[in-house]
Amino acid sequence: MEKRKERVDRGIKVRAGSIFALTSWREMLYLAAPRFLPVLAFLCLPLLLGPYWQKVLLSLAVFALLAISWDILAQAGMISLGQALFFGVGAYLSGVMNHSFGWHPLVTMPLAALFGGLICTLCLLPVLRLRGIYFSMVTLIIPLMLVRIVEATKIFGGTEGLTGISPLPSKWIELYLIVIVMLAALFGFRRMLSSDYGLVLKGINDNDRSVINAGINIYWFKAQALFISSAVGAFCGAFMTHVYMFVGMPVFALDYSILPIAAAVVGGPGTLAGATLGACILVPLSELLRGIGGLRIVIYGLALVVFIVALPEGIFHYVQRKYHQFERWVEVA
Amino acid sequence: MFFGTLVYALVNSVILALMAIGFNLTFGISGVANFAYGAMYILSAYVSWMLIHFLGLPFFAAALLSILFTTLLGALMYRFVLLRVRGQALSEVIATFGIGLAILELFRYLGFVGFEYTLPVFIDKSFMIGPAYIDMQRVLIVVLGVLIVAALWVFTHHTSLGLAFRGIAQDERTALTLGIDSDWIATLSVSFGCGLAAVAATIIIPLGSISPGEGYEVLIKALAVCIIGGLGSTGGVIVASFVIGFAERFTDTYISSHWTMIVSLAAILIVLIVKPSGLFGKQKELEERI
Amino acid sequence: MGEAPLLSVSHLSKNFGGVQAMQDVSFDLKEGELLGLIGPNGSGKTTAVNLITGFVRPSEGEIFFQGKNITGMAPHRIVRLGIARTFQMVKPFYQLPAYKNMIIPLYSPRVKDTIGGRYGDRDAVALDLLEEVGFERDAMVAFKPAGALPQGYLKRLELAKAIALNPDLMILDELFSGLSLAEVAGIVPIIEKLRLQGKTIIMIEHRLKELFRIADRVMVLNYGEKIAEGRAEEVMESDSVKKAYLGGE
Repeated sequence: MEKRKERVDRGIKVRAGSIFALTSWREMLYLAAPRFLPVLAFLCLPLLLGPYWQKVLLSLAVFALLAISWDILAQAGMISLGQALFFGVGAYLSGVMNHSFGWHPLVTMPLAALFGGLICTLCLLPVLRLRGIYFSMVTLIIPLMLVRIVEATKIFGGTEGLTGISPLPSKWIELYLIVIVMLAALFGFRRMLSSDYGLVLKGINDNDRSVINAGINIYWFKAQALFISSAVGAFCGAFMTHVYMFVGMPVFALDYSILPIAAAVVGGPGTLAGATLGACILVPLSELLRGIGGLRIVIYGLALVVFIVALPEGIFHYVQRKYHQFERWVEVA
Repeated sequence: MFFGTLVYALVNSVILALMAIGFNLTFGISGVANFAYGAMYILSAYVSWMLIHFLGLPFFAAALLSILFTTLLGALMYRFVLLRVRGQALSEVIATFGIGLAILELFRYLGFVGFEYTLPVFIDKSFMIGPAYIDMQRVLIVVLGVLIVAALWVFTHHTSLGLAFRGIAQDERTALTLGIDSDWIATLSVSFGCGLAAVAATIIIPLGSISPGEGYEVLIKALAVCIIGGLGSTGGVIVASFVIGFAERFTDTYISSHWTMIVSLAAILIVLIVKPSGLFGKQKELEERI
Repeated sequence: MGEAPLLSVSHLSKNFGGVQAMQDVSFDLKEGELLGLIGPNGSGKTTAVNLITGFVRPSEGEIFFQGKNITGMAPHRIVRLGIARTFQMVKPFYQLPAYKNMIIPLYSPRVKDTIGGRYGDRDAVALDLLEEVGFERDAMVAFKPAGALPQGYLKRLELAKAIALNPDLMILDELFSGLSLAEVAGIVPIIEKLRLQGKTIIMIEHRLKELFRIADRVMVLNYGEKIAEGRAEEVMESDSVKKAYLGGE
């Protein structure tokens, strides 16, 4: 007797999928837990961790934000190989605003995010009309070129960078600010992407001719997605400038481009939650593996290849599937 | 000084063209953007080096083996990795990028950095051309560069395989109906591209030393040339190489070496604003997709 | 009721790098007409549509819609002026339910403000539109993923997407292709209803019998040139048309 595997929704999922969810604590817990537990965890962790791991949490939140911003672009059909560009532009903007004009971090950060987003969007606007590969190519090389330009022309502090940037008022504000921004971005953008607006963005990725045919200006929408992503990236850069109290060439480093992609790919592209999950896995892992130095990046590279080829759905989708469905063998009729 | 700059600009242009031509070929034929290109370039140099220093092979034998090895590696990369994600732009880019990253950083981690990592020049001589002093290697680069481009032209216009390449590049569906196997051609295009990278490395690396960072440099330069010249157009690559090559060299001599990268970046930005698909670019954006 | 044509095409030509896809084609379309556009394969019918809807730029010639010169305008702006087209190769978003496929046209600036902005408003309009093109409400066909639907429904979905844009001119590219006689018979009433609503329609078809029943006028293209225009019976008597379809002596 031949058998095949069948996936069936779990009973609790079916019950929770309709109005009956309100009749039982179990069903409501089933729905609420995946959303509340991580939020709770993130809000409590800063209080429970020691200073070293608090720094890791900070780093995790920043990379999660970068991964989320990458994922948003990817869903709209633009694959960025240079989140470092957004990160670096935001970092330098806030660094210069603070260093040269003495503005307070809580002023420079939002301004850097806004103007960083505008500048990057305007610069990348011409590429939006071309085949996707141009976007990847341009985002890859521009940050790398900017590094060399800063080095050569010594602007904004050159190789030494700008030091003495003001920090945020307190360590706790630092930590909670970034965690809350991350959670807000995660849930907020997830909502945006699951709305009709998000459907248009995903439609552009899937079949842009069809979207044009609906009278929608796809380049305007792509520009919007680009602005959102680059503003988030710029915010991260601005934030880190105030954490390190320094901004220099390293802000355009390849790491800031690669790790977000790896996080999103490992966690599962397309869900934002997957990107966050990926960051939660890779950032602490990277800390634990600090001992092996440069080998980490080799591992990221290999992880990228393995996941994109063999496990494209990513870990989040896998976990989500297990949560909602179970598998069983049934006889082939 | 002017003449010297002119000569070195010519050399620079040929170097850029040699670097970009492999990437451009692969993309032009099969639409695969091989972001592991820079890694292949450096890998072939390291393999030559290892063959020379660990096995005691003479340079030309080592270089030849290395070129063959890199070509084969390109084919394997396509067969085992790219084939599974063919057509999904996201996955292709990330997969090749990941491979390139892993290769370059592996060499860096294993400590292959230092001045001892060099490849020997072909002929160790130098002489004067007019008022300019030039070494034989650079002359050979120009000569070989021209020969390679010419050979490629002959190949794509007069051999059946080359014509098949062009057929797929122009219209994949029609080429398929004529019995040309798209996957096989794609495998060949990726491996040829990598092979060209290896050839370029063999000729150019002797000017300096091998380092993993150079891999990113080569990728940047190849991408810059292709963006300005237009992806898929050999003529574009050549013209763009000369534009950038001359601009860089003259900036270096007459303004300062610090500004060369700015010039390249500015050139890219100008092209993106004025003619985004590149000087000879054939990307008609929407039209080509109807 | 004005006498000016709704659509006016004059001396339209398109050269694709050596291939003359269209050569000096001119015609007018009055409001409320149903024009059939026919011709052998490769005669330039789809090219004509692409040129009118802005997906391809003409090499020569001009196109006027409602008195406005739309030659070379960006396609999304032409849609907003009131022209909607369907594609020959139907490519819906396969994983999405059929009604979700309608969201994007309903998000179009042309109709967006006529629908509420609250969550679910577009869904309701989508379901109504689909019911009008024959997606049976009781069987909840509209909720099935597009990938699971047979061609007849996919064609109707494509039609619904065009209707959703509230156009004045609809261009239907081989709507009947791949459909059984029963499926065609199911769609024809929908088109007649559209005509009663005052919409002007151009239909590209190979299924001549079905087309001739509903078309007012017919235009024949061959090798990118217009070789005949007029009432269906007259056109089919013409020698040049017979030669085009059946080959020369």
